[in-house]
Amino acid sequence: MPARFLRRLISFALTLALTLFGLLAVTFVIARVVPIDPVIALVGDKAPADVYAAARAHLGLDLPLWQQFIIYLRDVLSGNLGSSSTTGNPVLSDIAHTFPATLELATYAIIVGIGLGIPLGVAAAVWQGRWPDHLIRVVSLFGYSVPVFWLGLVALLVFYARLDWVGGPGRLDIAYDYIVEPWSGLLTVDAAAAGEWDVFWNAVSHLVLPVALLAYFSMAYIGRMTRSFMIDELGKEYITTARVKGASEARVIWRHALGNAAVPLITVVALSYAYLLEGAVLTETVFAWPGLGSYITQALFDADMAAVLGGTLVVGASFVALNIFSELVYAWLDPRARMK
Amino acid sequence: MAQDTLLEVDGLTVRFPSVHGPIEAVRDISFAMGREKIAIVGESGSGKSMTARAILDLIRPPGERIARSIRLDGTDLTRLSPRQMRQVRGGRITMVMQDPKYSLNPTMSVGAQLYENWLIHVGKPKRLSRAAGQKAVLEMLEAVQINDPPRVARSFPHELSGGMGQRVMIAMMLIPQPELMIADEPTSALDVTVQMEVLKLMDGLVARNGMGLLFISHDLPLVSRFCDRVLIMYRGRIVEECRADRLHEAQHPYTQGLLSCLPSYAQRGHPLATLSRDAGWEVAP
Repeated sequence: MPARFLRRLISFALTLALTLFGLLAVTFVIARVVPIDPVIALVGDKAPADVYAAARAHLGLDLPLWQQFIIYLRDVLSGNLGSSSTTGNPVLSDIAHTFPATLELATYAIIVGIGLGIPLGVAAAVWQGRWPDHLIRVVSLFGYSVPVFWLGLVALLVFYARLDWVGGPGRLDIAYDYIVEPWSGLLTVDAAAAGEWDVFWNAVSHLVLPVALLAYFSMAYIGRMTRSFMIDELGKEYITTARVKGASEARVIWRHALGNAAVPLITVVALSYAYLLEGAVLTETVFAWPGLGSYITQALFDADMAAVLGGTLVVGASFVALNIFSELVYAWLDPRARMK
Repeated sequence: MAQDTLLEVDGLTVRFPSVHGPIEAVRDISFAMGREKIAIVGESGSGKSMTARAILDLIRPPGERIARSIRLDGTDLTRLSPRQMRQVRGGRITMVMQDPKYSLNPTMSVGAQLYENWLIHVGKPKRLSRAAGQKAVLEMLEAVQINDPPRVARSFPHELSGGMGQRVMIAMMLIPQPELMIADEPTSALDVTVQMEVLKLMDGLVARNGMGLLFISHDLPLVSRFCDRVLIMYRGRIVEECRADRLHEAQHPYTQGLLSCLPSYAQRGHPLATLSRDAGWEVAP
């Protein structure tokens, strides 16, 4: 038993290492191939040739590409992602500040998205072709076809500017800044842990709109997928068996059908969570949310390659982590996926 | 016969809407059975499975079931509320389906699936403990001649062979001690050698519990050996009814046609007969 577990763990670790190595290699090469000269960004285009050459040597850019890559790899392994040329901070500390903002947004959004999407999808499958189904179709079609920045702006205009029901852009009102010592970086968690309930509720009021917006899109996606998986499962023979046994309709739907539909749903949920984590760039932009999405976008516009590389690495790592997590949940939900 | 009638179906029709107008899968059939083994035979699409599902009220919309009455021991099932019908289903009438590969829930352990049936019909109504249920599950698995019941109870459907799966299915369906068991082609998905074992087992359990068995099959030789009476269905109607051991003396041209299509050693070397249909068959004789 422990040997089997160990072997599994090793294969997990190997997959993780290989994936991240591949990701690093690809982003590294792309970053070096693009016609952006980081030396000019540093010394300016009017610098004399000897200053330019010195800066170039300092950055290690005069070395062959493979050597540069090994140095980069060694730096990354020792936790050094380089310095951002725009913020002037180490990329790692920038990410430590921006990633929790995205994580907080994405996590609340996916929880709401699952909480609404799955019941709606189940209802649509059970009452297929009747009004709940049509309602859900319209709701998700709207979700697919309305641009998020427009919806975000309208939501801000109505609920913040006009009605003043919620907080505006950003994560907190200025008055609440720097009250709570960041620990996890998730403002709601930190504020609650510190007992600063004013800060907590202010953070919540700022979260409501972007979370609602992102949750709406994941809800639409999760709901559609739940519907189709449930229709598949409800047509299967074991559902007839459950009915033959005299199981109540609720039990047939929630225990038998959803128990099986949950297996493919894991992938759907993991994918939409990953999508949210990778930075819902437009949403973060509209709400001036200082998250990873806007950080990477800003870095791209400023040709800040160290920041782009670091951000991409974090996004990639969270993808891999989510994959591993969903594989574990898979094995938990589906006995056929358990290793012998 | 009249006093020990177990199931009496009167004027049962199953209808599905289609773009070409309603299609009747079962057309106004009536039959009665006691605690005996009765077979419904017919080709694919003759309505035999639909008859079984209609008795259990398992026709899903948009299909509809129309019946003057379906009486189980005097209770008219067509007049029961859905809640009352659920108690009949699984509790008093049960059904074993064709292929255990599809008819068992792939993500629930065998034990949990048996326990569920016990809980609905025995445990909850009688307020029995969980331990009593687990004991009942293991005993039932033992009764269907499964080796090492605790291990099988922990396993999942994909870990069972076809024969074992069908035993598990039978065990599950017999836990609440029903009065009538419907078996919808219970051996068609099994190997020939396993078929006989499962049939024998089912036969023994049905006899021991004094149940009625409604056996749905397309296998005429099997049915004539295994059952007491045979109903022959053709395009939604019962066209003939006879004693199983007198099946070879059947009168209806359709039955005769089916029998003559069976391959036999005596006719080796000759091409196999095929059925030539007659519109007149659809009318009951």
